[in-house]
Amino acid sequence: MGEWKLINANQAAAHAARLARAAVIPAYPITPQTTVVETIEEFIHEGIMDAEYIRVESEHSAMAAAIGASASGVRTFTATSSQGLLYMGEVVFWAAGSRLPIGMVIVDRAVGPPWNIHTDHQDAMSQRDSGWIQMFVSSAQEALDSVITMYKVAENPEVLLPFMVCIDAFILSHTYMPVNVPDQAEVDSFLPTYRPPHWMLDPDLPVDMGNLVMPMEDYMEMRWSIHTSMEKAKELLNQISREFAERFGRDHGGLVKAVDLEDADVAIVSLGTLSSEAEYALKRIDTAKTGLLKVRMFRPFPREEIIKLLKDKDVVVVLDRSISFGHSGPLAMEVRSALYGIDEAPKVVNFIVGLGGRDVTYKDIVSMVNFAIKVPEDEVFPCYWYGLKDRIRSLRLKGVI
Amino acid sequence: MSESKEVEMVLPISYPSPGAMGKTGIWRVFKPVIDLSKCIKCWQCWLYCPEDTVVMEGDHPKIDYEYCKGCGVCKEVCRAGAISMIREGG
Ligand code: SF4
Ligand code: SF4
Repeated sequence: MGEWKLINANQAAAHAARLARAAVIPAYPITPQTTVVETIEEFIHEGIMDAEYIRVESEHSAMAAAIGASASGVRTFTATSSQGLLYMGEVVFWAAGSRLPIGMVIVDRAVGPPWNIHTDHQDAMSQRDSGWIQMFVSSAQEALDSVITMYKVAENPEVLLPFMVCIDAFILSHTYMPVNVPDQAEVDSFLPTYRPPHWMLDPDLPVDMGNLVMPMEDYMEMRWSIHTSMEKAKELLNQISREFAERFGRDHGGLVKAVDLEDADVAIVSLGTLSSEAEYALKRIDTAKTGLLKVRMFRPFPREEIIKLLKDKDVVVVLDRSISFGHSGPLAMEVRSALYGIDEAPKVVNFIVGLGGRDVTYKDIVSMVNFAIKVPEDEVFPCYWYGLKDRIRSLRLKGVI
Repeated sequence: MSESKEVEMVLPISYPSPGAMGKTGIWRVFKPVIDLSKCIKCWQCWLYCPEDTVVMEGDHPKIDYEYCKGCGVCKEVCRAGAISMIREGG
């Protein structure tokens, strides 16, 4: 079923918005996201998608319009990247705080200065604590399937939180791959029409959204409510992903996807396309039995899976395409904190790689794993920058590899 | 220290009611005063007042000073120059 097309992840995301019957699309262009909203505009123009398309004047307005649309009770979709997401930032928090299940694709791009349009996860990481569900994908097919799956998770009456599906710039956004585009009827039977369970904007019953609260009123309770819904989203994502796999015959995993992990001594942990490169690297590592844990959902964070699948490993190699300046890679921080306090916890070795789109090949990943195995047990908080230019001294890895 | 996994929706939604934030008239520094002899009954002040505190009384506008915050929007939109802002307690 469905139809095979040769498309890139941006077009796949646009198909997902169409198939999900998103009814309002506030659109503002930014490289490398632009072709997501451009493709949607073409669908509307061709008459194969029925949606209100709003050409807004900025990303801040895009999210403000999405909030208004979603609050009026319709499924809403937009997309952005990098500086656009940062400019949108204030209203990104409002969307989550207002409990509106808006869908957004982030085409992850480096943050300036200096200007750089290539992939880097720092844009998405900057919104980590916004209350949005964050999913990272590693193929165009996974992008399409995840947008549809995530609407079902986000619109659940016990979740009601917005979600972002994060796509690596160019590596996914502009690379053409065979993608199975499902039939409308298949998607309709999986994803029901969105009906807000609690309230919506209605002139006959006016509501105030986000009114002032005093410290003794419900602010803290609302934060707690978002947090518990995030925990609920974990359970639902695993369940709904299984349902998706059964219906559509494609299994991308749930919160995480493990590859050859069961009897491995070494585990690679990564997000986005680094995972597909790491999967390719696995067969070329001959120094230790190595498996891969692809983290799909970053918020809520799959700590239970991390503990269960990694606690018995000797070495965990975490690849971060992002840096939290003055500390380490964001994924490594989370993995370390999940494993803290476990008896004979694995040694976690973090590599900062591929910032601003610098290429990371399977050969690099093989080198990093070989290096990580030799990092002494007593080294505190190992975190290395891999792939810096020689002139900055960099590679402590040199000589070893 | 609640470790409960139970989900309870606590939504940032409230239903509007007059004076939900108390008597906001006490926030006022400048008070809008309408000179009815200049008023041309165009109702711009009524339309623009963000607090809905300009009311229609018979055929003329009247300001509810219990809640008027003194923002001066009504004065800005009054083309007849019928509204002046007078310092409170002055
Ligand atoms: S000063 Fe502001 S609040 Fe008061 S009546 Fe004029 S517009 Fe309304
Ligand atoms: S805007 Fe001025 S002229 Fe018009 S109704 Fe109000 S006070 Fe009168």
